[in-house]
Amino acid sequence: MHNARDLVVDSVTGVDLALPVAGPGVRSYAFLIDWVIRAILFTAWYGVAAVIYNRRWTFIAPLSPDAKWFVLVVMPAAAMYFLYHFVLEIAMHGRTPGKRMAGVHIVTREGGSPGVGALLTRNVFRLVDSMPLLYGVGLVTALATRDHVRVGDMAAGTLLVYERPDVVLPELVAPNASGEQTLRSSDTEIIAELLLRWPHLDSDARQSLGTAVLSRHAVVVSTPTDAWLRAQLERLLRGNSP
Amino acid sequence: MSDDDRDRALEAALLSRAEHWKAATARAQRLAREPAADLADATKMADDYRLLAHDLARARRLIPNTRAREYLEAAYVRAHGTLYRKAWRPADALLTLFRDEIPAVVRWLTPHIIWATTIFILTVFAGYWMVHTYPDLIALFASPDLIATVERGQLWTEGILNIVPSSVLSLQILTNNIVVSLFAYCAGFVFGLGTLYILGLNGLMLGAVFAFTGQHGLEPALFRFIVAHGCVEISVMCLSGAAGAAVGEALIRPSHGDRMESFRIAALRSGKLLIACAVLLVGSGIIEGYISPRPLFPLWARLVIGIGYWFLMIALLKGWLFPRTALIPPRLLDQPRSSQRLILRQQGLLQLVRRRNDHRRPQPPQ
Repeated sequence: MHNARDLVVDSVTGVDLALPVAGPGVRSYAFLIDWVIRAILFTAWYGVAAVIYNRRWTFIAPLSPDAKWFVLVVMPAAAMYFLYHFVLEIAMHGRTPGKRMAGVHIVTREGGSPGVGALLTRNVFRLVDSMPLLYGVGLVTALATRDHVRVGDMAAGTLLVYERPDVVLPELVAPNASGEQTLRSSDTEIIAELLLRWPHLDSDARQSLGTAVLSRHAVVVSTPTDAWLRAQLERLLRGNSP
Repeated sequence: MSDDDRDRALEAALLSRAEHWKAATARAQRLAREPAADLADATKMADDYRLLAHDLARARRLIPNTRAREYLEAAYVRAHGTLYRKAWRPADALLTLFRDEIPAVVRWLTPHIIWATTIFILTVFAGYWMVHTYPDLIALFASPDLIATVERGQLWTEGILNIVPSSVLSLQILTNNIVVSLFAYCAGFVFGLGTLYILGLNGLMLGAVFAFTGQHGLEPALFRFIVAHGCVEISVMCLSGAAGAAVGEALIRPSHGDRMESFRIAALRSGKLLIACAVLLVGSGIIEGYISPRPLFPLWARLVIGIGYWFLMIALLKGWLFPRTALIPPRLLDQPRSSQRLILRQQGLLQLVRRRNDHRRPQPPQ
């Protein structure tokens, strides 16, 4: 039932849950997006604040910088760059804009959202992961470990898993008048899916798919026009024998 | 009734609960964003979780390759995430951290603190002896500018406030010290060797610089400069070294489960001490920027500040600064937080669920 790469978490209910673990590729992708965002934030703040501080179009630091330069220009920009992951991961429950765009988020080994302590530890260990350069240690450990985790994740007991895509619950078949279920839910889904796509299909596709589905349910296809086929499929879906 | 008929009936019963799944998903999404309206709302979430688990187990068997099963998987994961999300109470968490958790970590780390301090003191003596015996070795530990300044009979700290204002100096120093502390902790990942290197290097540098300034008659001036901030700064270096040593030891000889589990527990526990270290280093940085370089502070005032701040550090690490209600049993700290306290945001929810379950259970005859 579960993929070998899934994180399988035991639950108190006795029914385990499976979370697909994100690999080094998607991790790098999320990191790159985040890096671009924080580089933009850093540059934008530094640029605007430096111009305001200097009161002219120059971004150069003064020869003898005073406290105002550090408090208004350097510190907020540095905080945006260095605290980006930590702050956003807390605020967004284990997500950052990059992770959200890549469709992943951080979870604990128990499948829950990590706490502040775990996120802090995870981010402090970036000091190790980023060495010697370009996240070398982090990349190697993510490639080498079973759950594709970097050192920070090992220390914090966290890992990155894919977000489950939003699944639309299909229109489910109601029992017929005698209270019996006429279709298996897998068949219901096929018919519902076919009817959903019906307007976008050409006539040949409607004919062949409609005939094939109806034949599976022992419906004799006598007049295979598009309208007739659709009506039969809808009746089948409603739980009435055509 | 054949097995097929039975499965069809089960499937029909299962699918008839689709509206409950949608309601459970909506509730999980809402509670992930905002606190529960009341306890009944929160306990309903726990009921939803059980319902989803039950239906998912059945769906995995009866309708494995359907959207309905995928929907249930997603709903179950969402409900699990909402249930196991920790309460967001920053004030309570900080109070618990400083009052209970950090003192517990300090007690646990006491042998490591003793060892880290011993290593640091030994390397200070070693650095002092090396430069005292072979003065040319100072080039290994100090920059050419610093050496030239001391050889002119001046400390490099003299007149530093003419170049950099106190606030900037404080910021630079505290940032640098916090980064060094974090490195000493993280470097424990290399089986403790990195921590040993950082502790040893800092000890050697301190001893070497003292020996070098002593050769030029500046030893009292250096002591006068560092005594106000140095007592805590050096102690914090030993504390972060101890945290790193604990991380290294967990990898060398695991004490909980496998190596990685042991590393995780040690990193998470000892990491709490780093928060106290960072707070203490902010104070040290302010003292180093505003008090240490100013000649107007006499030695006795510096001693009072240095020793007083050191006692404040001890009080913080012992948890004396905050009123204590109950100590966390050390064994409980080893458990994952989710095991320590199941379910949701409202305190007392678990008790409520238990009470309800007790109520439902058939009572023994009186």
